Amino acid sequence: MAKFDLNDDGVVVIVGSGAGGGTLGNELAQKGIKVVILEAGARNEIQDFINNEWESFTQLAWKDMRTTSGSWQVAKDFPNLPAWIVKSVGGSTVHWAGASLRFDEHEFKIRSAYGDVPGANMLDWPITLAEMEPWYAKAENKMGVTRTNGIPGLPGNNNFKVMEAGARKVGYKEVHTGRMAINSQPRDGRGSCQQIGFCFQGCKSGAKWSTLYTEIPKGEATGNLEVRPNSMAIKIEHDASGKVTGVVYADAEGKQQRQKARVVAVAGNSIESPRLLLNSASSMFPDGLANSSGQVGRNYMRHMTGSVYAVFDKSVHMYRGTTMAGIIRDEAKNDPSRGFFGGYEMETLSLGVPFMAAFLKPGAWGRTFTSAMEQYPQMAGMWLVGEDLPQETNRVTLDPKAKDAHGMPVASVHYDDHPNDLAMRNHAYKQGSAVYESIGATATFPTVPYPSTHNMGTNRMSAKARDGVVNKFGQTHDIKNLFVSDGSQFTSSAACNPTLTIVSLAIRQADHIAGAMQKKEI
Amino acid sequence: MREVDRRTKLNRRTFLQGAATAVPAVAVATSAGLSIEDAWAEGSTTLAPATMKTLVKVARDIYPHDFLVDSYYITAVKPWDGKAAKDPAVKAMIEDGVKRLDQDAQDRHKLPYAQVAWESDRVTLLQGIEQTAFFKAMRSDLVVSLYNQEELWPKFGYEGSSAEHGGYIKRGFDDINWLPKV
Repeated sequence: MAKFDLNDDGVVVIVGSGAGGGTLGNELAQKGIKVVILEAGARNEIQDFINNEWESFTQLAWKDMRTTSGSWQVAKDFPNLPAWIVKSVGGSTVHWAGASLRFDEHEFKIRSAYGDVPGANMLDWPITLAEMEPWYAKAENKMGVTRTNGIPGLPGNNNFKVMEAGARKVGYKEVHTGRMAINSQPRDGRGSCQQIGFCFQGCKSGAKWSTLYTEIPKGEATGNLEVRPNSMAIKIEHDASGKVTGVVYADAEGKQQRQKARVVAVAGNSIESPRLLLNSASSMFPDGLANSSGQVGRNYMRHMTGSVYAVFDKSVHMYRGTTMAGIIRDEAKNDPSRGFFGGYEMETLSLGVPFMAAFLKPGAWGRTFTSAMEQYPQMAGMWLVGEDLPQETNRVTLDPKAKDAHGMPVASVHYDDHPNDLAMRNHAYKQGSAVYESIGATATFPTVPYPSTHNMGTNRMSAKARDGVVNKFGQTHDIKNLFVSDGSQFTSSAACNPTLTIVSLAIRQADHIAGAMQKKEI
Repeated sequence: MREVDRRTKLNRRTFLQGAATAVPAVAVATSAGLSIEDAWAEGSTTLAPATMKTLVKVARDIYPHDFLVDSYYITAVKPWDGKAAKDPAVKAMIEDGVKRLDQDAQDRHKLPYAQVAWESDRVTLLQGIEQTAFFKAMRSDLVVSLYNQEELWPKFGYEGSSAEHGGYIKRGFDDINWLPKV
């Protein structure tokens, strides 16, 4: 395994080891480029994962304090936990559900497709679906996405069968067990899904794709990739010409280190990435790095979300088996006649008893709540996930008061629901309930959003430097050897889960970085 | 379909664990001639036994599950004694909170909270303090300390950790048999 010197200024330093950073790191390493990945969290491997929701949360989640504001429900229910993401090697690919969907064509050009929606900061991506298709194909092959590359779909579990029966009854057509980066048959040295459940707690069988046990060890095997866990990036430094020169980070002992770099790629998820750029402000870049547009931290998107749980008179045991192998796609289209732009997916979801208690109706108590809890084994559940629109005022900033253990200001996340999000959520609650009621649900519970698992948009892509932070390759408009490699690049959020697009962009970006390094452009 | 066996698998170890640390509880019970149900409260070091008992009643009234015996609620609130021992502010919050609740109960029913007979009357009293730090701390702690007890999961038809059993691939992940044909 490689070990690079702190003063080696020929390395690419990547901040974060998840879908973006972990993929980029391996892709570059495969091309012979030396890479150091700084990961804030510890290295927990498959054998360390725990089939227990709270214990696993304690082990894997990003629990460092954050602050919140805005009209979104999360700020009220979980004021210091705006996002449920991972601080561990592999990042949020450790706890992601595996849903791997491509954007629709119109979702790359929301400004053209939806127009200038009041209150939203609409912009088309500088890339199209046609340009992304080959990269999507590479990502699907890499991740082993079911229903692509001849890979069969996963078998449906009880929770899916309930949703499927209801969906057919109400007339939905596109209903299946999803395009999942979870092996339905052995592939790429990993076994097939054992229907364990606990997909969010780290896959104990390794059937689910995660950079932790795919990209990262493959990259390490080349001798070109070093992953440094427990390394919290604090500041990106630059020289007098404005080029970035390295990253200052706190090591496991809290001691500050400085890793020199030829190129820096930020992939710390959409809250930490803008926080790091903002915290790297200097006299040359007083508003933070790559922020000449003022868009760093802005346009924070977290998807329109919500859940519907339904109670039946007989058992379901929704927690058994793959958590999210089930989807209804009929509402994912853009059909403004429903009263909103964009669309949403319905995807199977289950929580165990401990998380159901915490998330079914945060703050609720008394017999209405406990009666619902007592129906747990007869419950089916779905997650509603749809496009939310970028708003300039939805943003990540540095908290003026609160600081973390390293003295760095914590991220403050402001989010107001757009009227479009509210209209979509109401529609989705109604449709989700209808699915279950059509086959005899005795009660349905419209459940409010959980802390955000899909965080996007805070360093968005734009054709013009004044509209966003990065260009079509994730390269910052302002600093040519500084890249953004995670979902914060997203110009729009689309209806679907973001990981496949993050991985596709990272593969594409690796080609661009390697080419630019070879041509000595960076 | 494979149903979950919800019967209480009550063994002595589980029960005594639930009712605070085993040995002191038994020792206190035998030496003082108390029943085991009360002994756990006598074992508290910082909060008065009466306060602990009121907390148990409050816990049950916040999350009432009639199929759960008191030991689960005792397990859920017992750690407050230790927290109160470490932090005077916590001790004051709990003691003041219980005092206020008892005072409200006296004003309305001429009884301390724990002796108000009907749950609905006690719930009305709790609604009166819903915005206090005491109630918020009790509820937000309880939603984890109660529902995160593995011993009670089977009663909710939940089977907990599954990887060590080979997942559900051969244990009923797709065994639903009552759905209409699609």
